[in-house]
Amino acid sequence: MSLADSQRSGVVRSPTSVRGRAALVAWAFIVPAFIFYATFVLVPIGMSIYYSLLRWDGIGKAQFKGLSNYLVVLSESDFLQILANAFQLVVYFTVIPVAIGLGVASAIRNHLGGRFGATARTILFIPQVIPLVAAGIAWSWMLASDGVVNQALSLLGLGSITRGWLGDFDFALPAVGLIGAWVLLGLCTMLLVTGIARIDPSLYEAARIDGASAWDEFRWITLPGLRQEIGVCVTVTVIAALASFDIVYIATGGGPGIQTTVPGLEIYRLAFAHRQVGLASALAVVLMLLVILCVLPIQWLTRQPK
Amino acid sequence: MSAIAALTEPRTRPETRPAQVGTITARAILLALMFVTLMPFVTMFSAALAPSGTYPPGLQWPANPQWQNFVDAFQSAHMDQLLLSSTIIALGVVPVSVLIGTMAGFGIAKLAPKGSKVVYLLFVLGLTLPFEGIITPLYYEVKALGILNTKLAIILPLIGLYMPFSVYWMRAHFVNVPDEMSEAAEIDGATAWQQFWRVQVPIARPAILSLAILQFLWTWNQFLLPIVLVEVPLERTMAGALGAFQGQWGTNIPLLCAGALIILAPTVALFLVFQRQFVAALLQGAVKG
Repeated sequence: MSLADSQRSGVVRSPTSVRGRAALVAWAFIVPAFIFYATFVLVPIGMSIYYSLLRWDGIGKAQFKGLSNYLVVLSESDFLQILANAFQLVVYFTVIPVAIGLGVASAIRNHLGGRFGATARTILFIPQVIPLVAAGIAWSWMLASDGVVNQALSLLGLGSITRGWLGDFDFALPAVGLIGAWVLLGLCTMLLVTGIARIDPSLYEAARIDGASAWDEFRWITLPGLRQEIGVCVTVTVIAALASFDIVYIATGGGPGIQTTVPGLEIYRLAFAHRQVGLASALAVVLMLLVILCVLPIQWLTRQPK
Repeated sequence: MSAIAALTEPRTRPETRPAQVGTITARAILLALMFVTLMPFVTMFSAALAPSGTYPPGLQWPANPQWQNFVDAFQSAHMDQLLLSSTIIALGVVPVSVLIGTMAGFGIAKLAPKGSKVVYLLFVLGLTLPFEGIITPLYYEVKALGILNTKLAIILPLIGLYMPFSVYWMRAHFVNVPDEMSEAAEIDGATAWQQFWRVQVPIARPAILSLAILQFLWTWNQFLLPIVLVEVPLERTMAGALGAFQGQWGTNIPLLCAGALIILAPTVALFLVFQRQFVAALLQGAVKG
């Protein structure tokens, strides 16, 4: 025990009150953050759960309805389609960027040096710093019937398949998925490229000496070495897909019909346009649970074994 | 093939050739990716220069570029007011959020009072929360607090919503700071508060800078909260206001594109100036988040 300690505890105060005071000081560091978190996150989560049990227009008297809102959300065909849309978006938001990112990372392993590499890195990151809303506007224009996508298709002699992609019943959701893939592609690619540079190059050399094929290298060195980075990419992109809102709001508004309506957009509409706060909240609770249920296994599967 | 050939072949002759071929392939792939990434901006730019109110045909350099569109978009969208409003909101959120997040991260990692583990778990629970999950109650709460339709309606909830990440991020930093640092300060008789400011914050500067950059971006680009909690577009963030313009100019593609380009210009400009810090923050932010 140092001199200062013995003086403080022996002369000024009893040891327990010193410890009590230290704990008080420690909590003083934590409490401001917790107050904000509790007020604007924990309380609203609780209120979401409470509202989900009501039939309420947001103004008048609320009626307690038990779990009936959940029954509607989990059984009515429109809601099921909306939830399915979110999962279909996962395919585009996650699979395209991760697959392309993996391909690019394996192809350019160790070739991202110099000024060219730095420029590439900067440009590929731009979609991450612009508002998603701007990406939505840019792409709705590109995918419009007289937009650049159709222009390119016509040049390639595919004029017959041109259409207003975001207004097309069959292609609207894939088109929205493509916008998300564009936003996330650069981030995933850079994460995987950075990850692959950390894999010991001697592993690849050894494999080459053993006559391993490119596929063997990819399967047995690259994939296991990138486990953690792939986990990060999949987590980030799955959340972006399930919780998508900005892009859909701007690009299609959920249409045509409800072809591109996602849970986030439907919550917004139910709560603020149709004044069905109970139903909106039940969908909100389902969405929060879905995100956690999807993210936990991904985290668990891709955690680096210790 | 003999063992000797297998050993020598990759070592001697082809050593330089595949490397060059690899570099060329790598550059070709990266060029293609950069092309795809930049295409939307290029088409927006060409459309923004077409005569206002027309439907420009895809990507085509206009015969008579209408630079005036940018001026018109700037004025009719009151971009100067929006810039000011977004800046005020970002200044209201980022310093407070970074400060209390750093304090809590330090408290949980280094002071670790009894029960702080549970509190930490509660914070982590919020890491994956989609904002849409709580936007409805947030509306009624903000209304009850009497701050609906003011900038505070965006500022205060955002600070709360950023806490899981801030605390998680800063705790991860402080956990890796060796204890000897603070022990030395303790022997000098420094209080926890002095220790925090004089010893810990200076070492944490890179982590704090990354956190500030990320939160600035998230605030500036935030869309859902502004459109729900603030009715007047001019009191919103720039991204939030863009939603209103789309309604206003949905059919005037040149003006819409000019407006969108103006709105994304500030973050892109900041990004280009601080690109090293941004790239580091975004990469680490994704890994830790």
